Amino acid sequence: MTDTILRMSGITKTFPGVKALQDVNLEVRRGEIHSICGENGAGKSTLMKVLSGVYPHGTYEGDIEFEGEPCKFSGIRDSEHRGIVIIHQELALASNLSIAENIFLGNEQATRGWIDWNKTNAAADELLHRVGLSESGVTPVIELGVGKQQLVEIAKALSKKVKLLILDEPTAALNDEDSAHLLRLLSGLRDEGITCVIISHKLNEVMAISDRVTILRDGRTIWTENTPDLTEEKIISGMVGRDMEHRYPEHTPTIGEEALRIVDWTVYSPTQPDRALVRKANLTLRRGEIVGLAGLMGAGRTELAMSVFGRSYGINISGQLFKDGKEIQARSVREAIDHGIAYATEDRKRYGLNLIEDIKRNVSAAALGKLAKAGWVDGNEEYRVANDFRGSMNIKAPSVEAVVGKLSGGNQQKVVLSKWILTDPDVLILDEPTRGIDVGAKYEIYTIINRLADEGKAVLVISSELPELLGICDRIYTLSAGRITGEVPRAEATQESLMTLMTKEVQEVAP
Amino acid sequence: MTAAPSSAGVRAGKGPNGPQGQAPRKVNFDLKQSGIYIALALIVVAFAVATGGDLLAPQNLSNIIVQYSYILVLAIGMVLIIIAGHIDLSVGSVVAASGAFSAVLMVQMDVPWPIAVLATLAFGALIGAFQGYWVAYFGIPAFIVTLAGMLLFRAITYKILGNKGIGPFPDDVRTLANGFTPGFLGNVGLGDALGGADLFSIVVGVLVVIGMVFVQLRTRSARVRYNQAVDPGWLFGLKVAVPALLVMFLVVQLARFRNLPWVLILLAVLVVGYTLVTNRAVFGRQIYAVGGNLQAATLSGVKVKSVVFWLFVNMGVLASLAGLIFAGRLNLAGPTAGNSFELDAIAAAFIGGAAVQGGVGKVVGAITGGLIMGVINNGAGLLGWQTESVMFVKGLVLLLAVAFDVWSKRRTAGTR
Repeated sequence: MTDTILRMSGITKTFPGVKALQDVNLEVRRGEIHSICGENGAGKSTLMKVLSGVYPHGTYEGDIEFEGEPCKFSGIRDSEHRGIVIIHQELALASNLSIAENIFLGNEQATRGWIDWNKTNAAADELLHRVGLSESGVTPVIELGVGKQQLVEIAKALSKKVKLLILDEPTAALNDEDSAHLLRLLSGLRDEGITCVIISHKLNEVMAISDRVTILRDGRTIWTENTPDLTEEKIISGMVGRDMEHRYPEHTPTIGEEALRIVDWTVYSPTQPDRALVRKANLTLRRGEIVGLAGLMGAGRTELAMSVFGRSYGINISGQLFKDGKEIQARSVREAIDHGIAYATEDRKRYGLNLIEDIKRNVSAAALGKLAKAGWVDGNEEYRVANDFRGSMNIKAPSVEAVVGKLSGGNQQKVVLSKWILTDPDVLILDEPTRGIDVGAKYEIYTIINRLADEGKAVLVISSELPELLGICDRIYTLSAGRITGEVPRAEATQESLMTLMTKEVQEVAP
Repeated sequence: MTAAPSSAGVRAGKGPNGPQGQAPRKVNFDLKQSGIYIALALIVVAFAVATGGDLLAPQNLSNIIVQYSYILVLAIGMVLIIIAGHIDLSVGSVVAASGAFSAVLMVQMDVPWPIAVLATLAFGALIGAFQGYWVAYFGIPAFIVTLAGMLLFRAITYKILGNKGIGPFPDDVRTLANGFTPGFLGNVGLGDALGGADLFSIVVGVLVVIGMVFVQLRTRSARVRYNQAVDPGWLFGLKVAVPALLVMFLVVQLARFRNLPWVLILLAVLVVGYTLVTNRAVFGRQIYAVGGNLQAATLSGVKVKSVVFWLFVNMGVLASLAGLIFAGRLNLAGPTAGNSFELDAIAAAFIGGAAVQGGVGKVVGAITGGLIMGVINNGAGLLGWQTESVMFVKGLVLLLAVAFDVWSKRRTAGTR
């Protein structure tokens, strides 16, 4: 049976400065579950946004053919009208409305303009039965966990007479039980003739459920294969298989004493208090050493870092921190900074910078106390310090009185780093330090990281880009589903070995 | 106002400057900041012409300051709260409650006035702490908390006063609100055109001008020493001379009438003090950080909740100070005192360039915004306008001022 329901050919999508997709081809057969795999940033989500009309026809090159007819979607409503429904990783339910209201949002069951509630709730109950959710349609969505909300999303898709269901990382936020239920449901839908495209990082799930797998890498299609012909190893090598270039400065570390030890660190989600995001993680950072933390999206990297940094994320945090061998308490960001810990966020615009202020005031923001006497800031000293950073970090701006919001990503990142270096930390946690930065600036950031290590600071780099971790780190931890699954010295690490550890399921201890 | 020039001068020099200090001395005119000063100047000129010069007559200038002082005091606290991204709708009611509280102490219980004044300020601080707790630590939006406060404290005022006012106040309190400095040094002749004037007031004026020039020069020389960009000489001279002349004009006019109003001196101290706090103090910086990006401030170790809490305490103290001035001026604490003052104070802050999203605003701006409305009120009164016309014009000014702000922001877009 080779009835092709969807054919995307020659898709190229360009953002300013970046080719996100380059001549991508995808062919999905009717009634199959088709997985798309690739590293973060490989272009999976972009491809799905092209397909669903989030990026309308005309903003990309190439052709889409659905059920044999060419498609020129100008928005998400067009694609839904044809039976293509996408369920995003961040669920899009109105949490104060009932399940039934959510299912029929924008598609209200009305007679002559008035909503027929009996019809709405009855139809909702029937759909909920199909997805195996035993809740009533009148239950407010806010009372449901993420797993059940996902099922509501699928019920909503079914109400739109879906033919092709796209799920972006459907199980990333789910616990094992909910994941298993969801996967069973998808198999059931396949038997009813609904085609599914799944974007997933969880290779065991990909192997278990999908009929075929397509690999994307750096915005290109690498191959499409039947699942029975595949192994997890083959998928991994497809996902990472690019050459390492000389994009990283040479660096010989001088590794000293232990600076920070994290022991049995456990963090629970603030929105789902029963879900552990980090489970009994143990890490050791030493002076002069650059340590990497690798993990796929949802593995708990940022959650681990932020919870260590003054408990700025998560609840019911347990575990111990040892700084220079002595146990410390860091219950607030201020305490963490005072203990010599710094954390540069992965989202500098939202969490790292005051975009409407100038470079000077951003640089001084975390260390105002150092520039002040008796509560009064020495403005001239502040200027001098900021100007020194402008020189040493090579921040390209006319003066330190330039507004940070107008700088390029690379220069903004240098401002963030300056801000933390000014606090004179012993331990620097850098979360995605080169995200959204062009190649030249990346090299500069790597040089700065090396310099910090040479000054005797312990550096922890969190990154989604394995080549980057392999290029700059002396030692790499892997994190999978909140657990440390491996600790690999640089000499022994390869992208394949890391990816295997990052996708490893840990089953010894039940959650 | 006395602090205007110093802060404007410090922030205005934004030319490019290399580390070696060979700065091209580019004139950089911050349209957004200068805009309100120009607007105030235009409005003053317009009303001065329309009233045939009466607006700038000695007695009238004195009236503007005394009549509008309590709004300006409120505007100082309000702009800080707006910079932090919050709002306070309760200040009008706090003005009334503080007036009533002080009247009970001074008029009914004969508490000595200095103690009563301090107790009233503490009363305001307590109110501020109450609201600050709900906003900062409990996490209720300030709009809701202070809307509730508006009702609560008005109700408390009625409870204290019943339906009547309490007065008269002790002379000392009335002097603070309504009175003038005594002629310590006697009068001095200023020639036939101007007549006699109070020498003490003029000496104070000269000292203030000398102080302003000194601060400006010191700031400039420090900037030069640190290789920072400075304005070219002529512009610097202009930025020093114009405010100095304005201060001297104001002082001379006041000296010709009845010396310096005490509230003007109080206001000057508050403006200078709060300008320093916002520009130089760690606490002031943290206000801007909280309003500019709450998450970034939190992750930089700023104790966000405590900053917001103390801002509300500060607002409470300033509101009770305004309440004292208002009650002293009317010589009566009335249950309807301070009605809709919050709106004038909020409007002053926004006309003065504060941003609704927070993170932007200046004390001097809020004062200028307050003066714009004060001059409109007063000038319209001199011209015999109807109340509705005054309201209409004030509404338009507020809308246009914020529209200008939004427009100028869009013009320099590319930030986000």
